[in-house]
Amino acid sequence: MIAQQAYLESFDWTSWDLLFLVAKVVLIFGVLLVSVMLMVWFERKVVSDMQNRIGPNVAGPWGILQTLADGIKLFFKEDLTPDGADRFVFKLAPYLSLIPAFLMFAIVPVAGDFSDGKDGSVSWFGQDLFLQFVDPPMGILLFLAMSGLGIYGVMLAGWASGSKYPLLGSVRASAQMVSYEAALGLSLAAVFLSSGSLSTNQIVQSQTDGPFFIGGWNVFGLGFIPFVIFLIAATAELNRPPFDLVEAEQELVGGFHTEYSSLRFSLFFLAEFMNVVTMSAIMVTLFFGGPHGPVLTDTGGWAWGLLWFFLKVLVFLFTFVWFRATLPRLRYDQLMDLGWKILIPLALGWFLLLGALRVAEIEGWNRLVVVAVGLAGIFLGGLLLTGAIRNARLTRAESEILEYG
Amino acid sequence: MGYLEGFAVTFNKLFEERVTGEYKAKGEGEKRDKPERFHGRHVLNRYEDGMEKCIGCELCAGVCPARCIYVRGADNPPDNPVSPGERFGWIYEINYLRCIHCDLCVEACPTQAITESKLFEFSFTNRDDAIYTKDELVVGDDGMPQKLPWEDWRPGDDEHTSGWMRATSPGGSVAYQNTVSWSGELGYGVRSPEMGQHEPDPEPVPAGGHGDTHDDHSDHHDDSGHGGH
Repeated sequence: MIAQQAYLESFDWTSWDLLFLVAKVVLIFGVLLVSVMLMVWFERKVVSDMQNRIGPNVAGPWGILQTLADGIKLFFKEDLTPDGADRFVFKLAPYLSLIPAFLMFAIVPVAGDFSDGKDGSVSWFGQDLFLQFVDPPMGILLFLAMSGLGIYGVMLAGWASGSKYPLLGSVRASAQMVSYEAALGLSLAAVFLSSGSLSTNQIVQSQTDGPFFIGGWNVFGLGFIPFVIFLIAATAELNRPPFDLVEAEQELVGGFHTEYSSLRFSLFFLAEFMNVVTMSAIMVTLFFGGPHGPVLTDTGGWAWGLLWFFLKVLVFLFTFVWFRATLPRLRYDQLMDLGWKILIPLALGWFLLLGALRVAEIEGWNRLVVVAVGLAGIFLGGLLLTGAIRNARLTRAESEILEYG
Repeated sequence: MGYLEGFAVTFNKLFEERVTGEYKAKGEGEKRDKPERFHGRHVLNRYEDGMEKCIGCELCAGVCPARCIYVRGADNPPDNPVSPGERFGWIYEINYLRCIHCDLCVEACPTQAITESKLFEFSFTNRDDAIYTKDELVVGDDGMPQKLPWEDWRPGDDEHTSGWMRATSPGGSVAYQNTVSWSGELGYGVRSPEMGQHEPDPEPVPAGGHGDTHDDHSDHHDDSGHGGH
C-alpha cells in the first residue's frame, strides 16, 4: 500500500507516467472485451456440451467468432425507443450498466509473483508496478460500490422503458440486489477480518503463507462458509441462473431489456458477461489467492501469476456455466427465503465466530472451546430463527382462517 | 443432496456422444435422410397423361388453419381442358410466410392434387418469392417438383411427395394395409403403398405346429380381430 501511495504522490502528469496509465486502461479495456467475447462462446459451447449438442460451429474455428458475428449483426439493427419511454434515462441506462462492469476490474491483481512473501510488484521500464490498474486503500469497497451501481442500470432500464414487464424485471432486480448485497458484504467482512486490509494487493499477500501453496487461501482459512455464501450471493448479484428472475423469459419476456434493441441491447449483454468475468476474478482474489501459485522458473514470476490467475478464473467461469446448465430457476419467494432466512443469518453467525476466534487469539483463550461455544451459538440461533419463522407462518395462517373462514 | 446429483449429471454429459449432427448448408454435403412422411414444400400433382389433378374445389383453402392458400377455380375450356372433369384450379397460391406445414390441405384434397415434398429449406429473400404461384407449385413434365433458385433440394426430397397418402392404413385399420386408394401420377404411375406400418397378421397356425414355436408368446393373436386394432 505504501508503494502505491508513493507512486501516486510521485505521479507526474506530463511524463511517461501518463502514457503508462493510458496504456493500462487500453489494455484492460481490450482484454475485457475479448474475454467477454470468449466467455459468451465458452458458455454456449459448454452448455451445448452438457446438453449433447454441438453448439455454435460456423463462424471461425469451433465457432469461436460467433459472438463477434452476433455483435456485428446487433450493430446494424434498428435502434428503437418506445413511445412510452423516458428517453434520456432509457438511453443512459445501458451505459450505467456497462461502465461499473469495466471499473470493477480495475482493482483486480491479474499477475505478479506472490510466492515466498513477495508483494507481487514488477520492475518494468524503471518503475515499480503492481500488475493491476489501481490499488486504492479502500480496494474492495470499490467493488461493492460498483456492483451496487451496476444495478442502477438494470433498474432504470426497466423503469424508463415505460412497459410493464421491464418494470417488473427492474423491481425484482432491485429487491434481489438489496437481499443479496447484505450476504455478500458479510462474507466479505470475514475476508477483511483475516487480511486486515481492504486493498486487494494486501488481501492477496495475506493469503500467501500456508502449507502446499494453497494452505493460506481464504477459502480454507475462513472455513468454506464465507466462500459458499459469496458464491451464491455473487450468482444472485450477476442475475445468473438459477437466480435470473430479472430476465425470466417465461414470465417477463426479456425482463428489464425487453424494449431494448440493437447496440443498446448488446451493451447490456456485454455488461452482463463482463460482470461474470469480473466477479470470477474478484472471487479468485478474495478466496483463492489471486495470482498466487507456485513459480517454477527463476525469472518471470509474474507470468506464472498470470497463468494461475487465468486458470482459477476459468474454473469459476465454468462453475457459473455449470450452474446454468444444472439448476432450474428459483421461484421468487424461494429466492427471498434463501437470501434473508439462510444466507444472511449464516453469514452473520460465521462472521461472529471468526471474530470470536480472532479475539481468542489475542486474549489467549482455548480455541476449541471458542469454536464449540460459537458453533453451539450458531446452532441455537438457527433454531430460534426457525422457530420464529414457523411461528410467523402459523400466525399468518390463523389470521387468514379468521379472515376468510 | 439432490442438488449435487444434478451437477454430476450435467458434468457427465460433457463426455457423452452428441446427438445432433453438423448442419450441412447448400453444397456442403449430405444430410441425414428425412422421414417418409415429412411435411415440406407443397407440390401440385398431375395425372399420368399430364392433366392436372386440381379441380379448384377450394377445400384445401377452406381447411387451412393458417389461411395461407388462395384458390380460384374456373370451368375447363372444352377444346383444351386442364384437368379431367368440369373445373380446374385457375389460380393457386400458397403463402409460405404463413404456412405451418400441417398437411391438412393434403388430407382435405379429394383428388390427391396437393401433396408435400420433403423440402424445408427455401429461404426466399422477399415477399414475392414467399408466395408460390401455381406455375411454381405444379410438377414438371417429368413429374418432378420444380426446383427454384433459392431452394436447397437434396437427393430424395423430390421423391415420394405423396408420403402421407401412401400410408397404407391412414385410419389405423390393418384391414386396409397394402390397399391402393390413390390415383397414378405423372412420371411415376401408381405409387406403391408404404410398407411396414403394422405387424402383418399372424398366419393361421397349422395344426400340430404349436410345438415348433418355443418363444414366450403365451397369447396368440386372434385371427378374427382384424378391425380391433
